[in-house]
Amino acid sequence: MGAWQSYRLRLQRRRWRLRAFRKRRELKPVANRTDAIRASDLLVFCTQRNEGVRLPYFLKYYRDMGVNHFLFVDNDSTDGSLDYLARQPDVSVWSTRASYKRARFGMDWINWLLRQHGHGHWTLTVDPDEFFLYPFCDTRPLRALTDWLDASSIKSFSAMLLDMYPKGRIDAQPYEAGQDPLQIASWFDAGNYTTRRNRRFGNLWIQGGPRARMFFADQPERAPALNKIPLVKWDRRYAFVSSTHMLLPRGLNLVYDEWGGEKASGLLLHTKFLDTFGTKAEEELQRRQHYAGSKEYLAYAEGIRENPDLWCRFSETYINWRQLEILGLMSKGNWA
Amino acid sequence: MSLGIVMLVHTAFGRAEQVARHWSRAGCPVVIHVDRSVAPRVYRAFVESLSDLPDVHFSRRHRCQWGTWGLVAASQDAAELLLDRYPGVRHVYLASGACLPLRPVDELIAYLDARPQTDFIESATTADVPWTVGGLDRERFTLFFPFSWRGNRYLFDRFVEVQRRLGLARRIPRGIVPHMGSQWWCLTRKTLEAILHAPDRRRFDRYFRRVWIPDESYFQTLARLHSEHIESRSLTLSKFDFQGKPHIFYDDHLQLLRRSDCFVARKIWPHADRLYDAFLNHPEGAANRQEPNPGKIDRIFAKAVDRRTRGRAGLYMQSRYPNQGWENGVTAGKYSVFCGFSDLFREFEDWLARATGAQVHGHLYAPERAEFAGGQRIVNGALSDTAGLRDANPKAFLTNLVWNTRGERQCFQHGPRDAQAINWHITRDPNAQISVITGAWAVPLFKSDESFAVLRREAAALQKIERRMLDELHSPEAKARIRIWSMAEFIEAPMEPLQVLIDEIGQASGRRLAEAPVMEDLTGFGQFLQNLKNQGMHPYLMGDFPVEPAPRDARPRARKPYIVNQ
Repeated sequence: MGAWQSYRLRLQRRRWRLRAFRKRRELKPVANRTDAIRASDLLVFCTQRNEGVRLPYFLKYYRDMGVNHFLFVDNDSTDGSLDYLARQPDVSVWSTRASYKRARFGMDWINWLLRQHGHGHWTLTVDPDEFFLYPFCDTRPLRALTDWLDASSIKSFSAMLLDMYPKGRIDAQPYEAGQDPLQIASWFDAGNYTTRRNRRFGNLWIQGGPRARMFFADQPERAPALNKIPLVKWDRRYAFVSSTHMLLPRGLNLVYDEWGGEKASGLLLHTKFLDTFGTKAEEELQRRQHYAGSKEYLAYAEGIRENPDLWCRFSETYINWRQLEILGLMSKGNWA
Repeated sequence: MSLGIVMLVHTAFGRAEQVARHWSRAGCPVVIHVDRSVAPRVYRAFVESLSDLPDVHFSRRHRCQWGTWGLVAASQDAAELLLDRYPGVRHVYLASGACLPLRPVDELIAYLDARPQTDFIESATTADVPWTVGGLDRERFTLFFPFSWRGNRYLFDRFVEVQRRLGLARRIPRGIVPHMGSQWWCLTRKTLEAILHAPDRRRFDRYFRRVWIPDESYFQTLARLHSEHIESRSLTLSKFDFQGKPHIFYDDHLQLLRRSDCFVARKIWPHADRLYDAFLNHPEGAANRQEPNPGKIDRIFAKAVDRRTRGRAGLYMQSRYPNQGWENGVTAGKYSVFCGFSDLFREFEDWLARATGAQVHGHLYAPERAEFAGGQRIVNGALSDTAGLRDANPKAFLTNLVWNTRGERQCFQHGPRDAQAINWHITRDPNAQISVITGAWAVPLFKSDESFAVLRREAAALQKIERRMLDELHSPEAKARIRIWSMAEFIEAPMEPLQVLIDEIGQASGRRLAEAPVMEDLTGFGQFLQNLKNQGMHPYLMGDFPVEPAPRDARPRARKPYIVNQ
């Protein structure tokens, strides 16, 4: 990588940070409890809109994992979820009615909050339908992982998005607030992921899973990216470039080993495909606030009408992280 | 009391206090060294928290950066203090704040009482240790290290390089042979006093002050001068990973640690409440006083290092994406590629499946879709047969298939009508067995009813594609098991090569080929080729077929096939 390229990436990073700075005005604090954040706290950053039904379990899941504080951006919810969040003792929430799309799908807001409150902390940036999973997560709290990463001088931790789905029609089983969504969406694709390297940013670009299989078979290059780097020991100079798919400086994207070995990695169990999905897809289609002209949602909406069963004979049922490790979807690396 | 403890502490003071109390409860005097970088307020609070114990002392503080002299100086001072204050101490155990006694202290004392003259210190000459990180073993003792390895790796490395190039070297003091080993030791008073009160100690200290990571070599080297009986092993269970940093123990290691029968383990995660509770409050005596046996733990950590450095062969995923040539196995298992066989033989796939018991696919890279075995639309791992998904990343399609079906041999058909992008990947994959009957693509053309002009065009195109594939297979970088026959050559005696291939697949070992595959009727094939020639095309990949008579005996007689192995 030449000096010129590296200089351009530096400029780009500055641009994202400036953008975040400009977009800060769009955020109105509703409940700011960030004074309570202590130096070693683990933080979750999240953008949400009308996800009220998912929030109780989401908060419980990450509290049990050992997260100390949540920082939410509420994008114009109308289902009371903003009030719900504001009432939680360990949640700080900002609201905005500005365009999600023009905030680069919420990333400008998150970059700003990260810069303000994430500096020096281990930060986990996830959506309300994403559940972080790491090696030994059933016996060791998240802090065990971050302490180990600190001791190993590792600053970013990869967790691929694993789409979970129910067997049968997506809307067959209603999801209720507080319920573990994995009880319904308990199936996943084990071995149809394809990986490529993005030379410019140094990150991997992973596609596949049920969405590629069902909705993007004829235009695979449009299938959603599944590579994510949600867990980062944040520094105020960092910036997410595109969702949590990649970061700058680019060294943070090097979460994979190039010489045959395996680095430790986790997964984000993506529970998008619940009964709430159909309405969500239609709504997002109306709003046109999603990536690439909402092509993804367009494809879903069509796909959903045609055949709403993502399940196939070779789908796997989720058991635990060890199963996913054996299947090669995540790795313990040298953590034992 | 015969056993005294020296504890080096720099963090997690709550845990250090717990452990110090544990040693003290068993009657062992404890001298604690606290890193000088620790804030005075924190230090005072820590001293205060242990003030009720008369046999816990604090030694002069040094700054203890990793890999520097401070750690040795701290051990020296603390050991001196301990030996002076407690004349009854016969063994000194060097531990850290993150060490946890696993067996009752009485058992350790009894163990040492039974070996009153023995120094437990891992100590090996530099030539014999494999564990040095960064390749600096002997050079630790002969180069200068003014730059911090942790703080300024770049300058550290450059300066090492410069010294190597200039041939700079320090002289190792007369009388010593550098030894290295774990920094956690248990030495006898006799040996320690000999080291600490040696007349030339100042000379040695001055030398080791500039050695890299002296805490792994100072006592290890000098003990060799003075000790009468060295057991070269550490009583502290401590495992290092490939970067030279210690593995950490968590709550879920409880049973493993219990069964190890080791006296002390490090490093324990400070928040491992269950471990601290189990070993400090309810230590279980080993029923029959066994020797420490960390074998199982060794294996687990060795596996972890292997996973990190070599990974799982044939796996491509978010945290393993090897550069070309570093895959340590391009694919996860062996598989076979057949080119031309299904053109030449009728129902070759069914026959092959019967003969080998392997999973036999059709043309996986066919233009319309991947022809999975049994006409399936989707296979293991939810791998879809869609051509678009497959062609977006042909290599991933294959590596996924082989990974998903680990343990089951895969076979598939390939040919010039299929997507060719995969060719190079299978050619350089040692797991691939590639068998080619060149020119067999002409048989379907020969059977076809298409107009001759179309056939001629297609024959020319297919021949060109196959030619390119053969060029790749002949590349010096090819690593696959490759066999190539011209069609004319193959039909001379088809059973012999088939038997070899089947045996190599080796699933139904020792089984003889009970039935031969049925060859297409080639009567008139020679004339067909001649017609192509007459139209100005030059079919050559199939070898020489006489125009008349037709290839004799298209269908092999039901004779016994050759048996190559028993």
